[in-house]
Amino acid sequence: MVHRSHNTAGDDVAVRVRGVTKEFGTGGSLTKALRGVDLDISYGELLMLVGPSGCGKTTLVSIIAGTLSPTEGEVVVLGRDLVTMSNSRKVRFRRDNVGFVFQSYNLLPALSAAENAAVPLLIAGWRRSAAVEAASEVLDTLGLGDRLTNLPSELSGGQQQRVAIARALVHEPRLLVCDEPTSALDAENGRITMELISRIAVQPDRAVIVVTHDSRVYSFADRIATMEDGRIDAVSPGPHRAGSSAIL
Amino acid sequence: MGWHGGEPRPRAALERRPAGEIVMLWIAWKMLTGNRVKYMGIIFGVLFAALLIAQQSSIFCGLMFLTVSQIRDVEGPGIWVMDRNVEFIDDIKPLADTDLFRVKGVPGVDWAVPFYKGLARARMEQGDYHQMILLGLDDATLIGAPGGLFQGALADLRKPDAVIMDDAGYKQIWPGEPYQLGRVFEMNDRRAVLVGITKASRTFQTFPIIYTLYGRAVLYAPPERKVLSFVLANPQPGLDPQAVCREIGAVTGLQALTREQFMRKTITYFLRKTGIPVNFAITVFLGFLVGTAIAGQTFYLFTVENIRQFGALKAMGTSNWTILAMVLMQALQVGVIGYGLGVGLAALFGWSTRGLTKLAFFMPWQVLAITAVAVFLIVLLASLLSIRRVLVVDPAIVFRG
Repeated sequence: MVHRSHNTAGDDVAVRVRGVTKEFGTGGSLTKALRGVDLDISYGELLMLVGPSGCGKTTLVSIIAGTLSPTEGEVVVLGRDLVTMSNSRKVRFRRDNVGFVFQSYNLLPALSAAENAAVPLLIAGWRRSAAVEAASEVLDTLGLGDRLTNLPSELSGGQQQRVAIARALVHEPRLLVCDEPTSALDAENGRITMELISRIAVQPDRAVIVVTHDSRVYSFADRIATMEDGRIDAVSPGPHRAGSSAIL
Repeated sequence: MGWHGGEPRPRAALERRPAGEIVMLWIAWKMLTGNRVKYMGIIFGVLFAALLIAQQSSIFCGLMFLTVSQIRDVEGPGIWVMDRNVEFIDDIKPLADTDLFRVKGVPGVDWAVPFYKGLARARMEQGDYHQMILLGLDDATLIGAPGGLFQGALADLRKPDAVIMDDAGYKQIWPGEPYQLGRVFEMNDRRAVLVGITKASRTFQTFPIIYTLYGRAVLYAPPERKVLSFVLANPQPGLDPQAVCREIGAVTGLQALTREQFMRKTITYFLRKTGIPVNFAITVFLGFLVGTAIAGQTFYLFTVENIRQFGALKAMGTSNWTILAMVLMQALQVGVIGYGLGVGLAALFGWSTRGLTKLAFFMPWQVLAITAVAVFLIVLLASLLSIRRVLVVDPAIVFRG
């Protein structure tokens, strides 16, 4: 396991969530997905968000990633207030600052592994050749140097998830959001995936949130936030940073 | 420190560059062509619509072209003079013989000749009867004679009982038989001898066309008090034909039209007074509907199948404008390919059937333009639902397993 150093300069909080609620629907069909969530995530930290289905993990991570707006509360990510930010600014914010690893990979089936990994750079306006070259370097680091031209359908689940990780990291985001990154993988591939995220993605100037059900990967967490019924039930130090105190 | 060994990629490197939109359109193209079956399905829908619209419109134009074939075939005179109530070429309302001389006397008229047009029933050698279009040319000048004579000579028309028949008519009466001049038949109990065979534009009625002298035509035709169908005239050199037409109308009280005006009037009559345009319009509209339905449904299904990919792109920072451009580019691409293949196949159909005299096919540029507009509307309608679906998709969809 790689030891991680934490950003200690000044305000090291990458994500600050205060009193966040989220309601869906109206009247009789009103559903409260989040009921006043408070959470801080530091730079250089890998925080795992765990809890039963329907407890609000996905809603919370969507709000932190800027793809969903809260009903109430304060959300400051990388020093930017997402609540008051316009939609177009949020789009640019996500483009420049957030990397995503999805449960079902969401790779474009018609693009090769290198092209898929290059997508964030292409969205940012890079030339295709330069973007693919940069993405190829990342894939090579993740052990897929010999699979650059393969389509997703020609890759195993573990390899596809590695392409997704490369895609999430290629533009050097300061926040990485991983949604159930191991749920579609077997134990071995799940372990490899988390090892890659832990070893490569976590950096002093980057915060990583992993939503997971998979207790086998808890050992990679710096902290584990347990959610229950739309609230953070407990935040405990993960085995990776045993002894550290929670900053909630 | 950069995570993969080098210096951290400067944030400025992520500033938007002009290549961005084009590269995203490339991604859209890859997404579209990645699923071959769907891709072909969408193109087929547009192709089918374009083919049907272009082909049916061309046949319609071909039919309309046939209605003026006899005006087109009469080369030389720039002005047609007729009864005021004539509405189209086959609407014969005979003039008095003296009207010819009245037209000749109008200032600005260079020359004027009589022209007979009517129907005659011919009794053939074997005793069978055929309806024929009978055209009588000025005895002296033969103005109005066909230009495509390939059997016999025009001067032979001055021989006793001489007539010239059009090629399609000959094949209709004597199918499979070689061309043979000297054949004899009767019209109105008078002897007619075939002295020539000519190429002629097919007519709307598809009857054989018989050319003969004016004086002989009126004998072949059923007896009538007045027999002069049209006066063919020409303006003096340098004069505006339309001005001369107005002068003829003012002086004689007859209707005088330039060749182009008469063709337009004839086509307008068929457009307004017959059900032909409606029938073709229905077919074209059905083609439009079916094409829209096929292309729209397939395109929508394609979008729905890729909704998570679009959601992922939005989550990763693709703007709605870029997504809109991507979907429109996909629609435009299948539109252009479907249009090209559709009108290409329609043109191929017209070309391959050009020898079949019974099929009217004429594809002017207007047909291509109308088809292009229709295809544009089809892909626009087809993409509207998809665009709406893609634009409203919540980027958070990608977090739902």
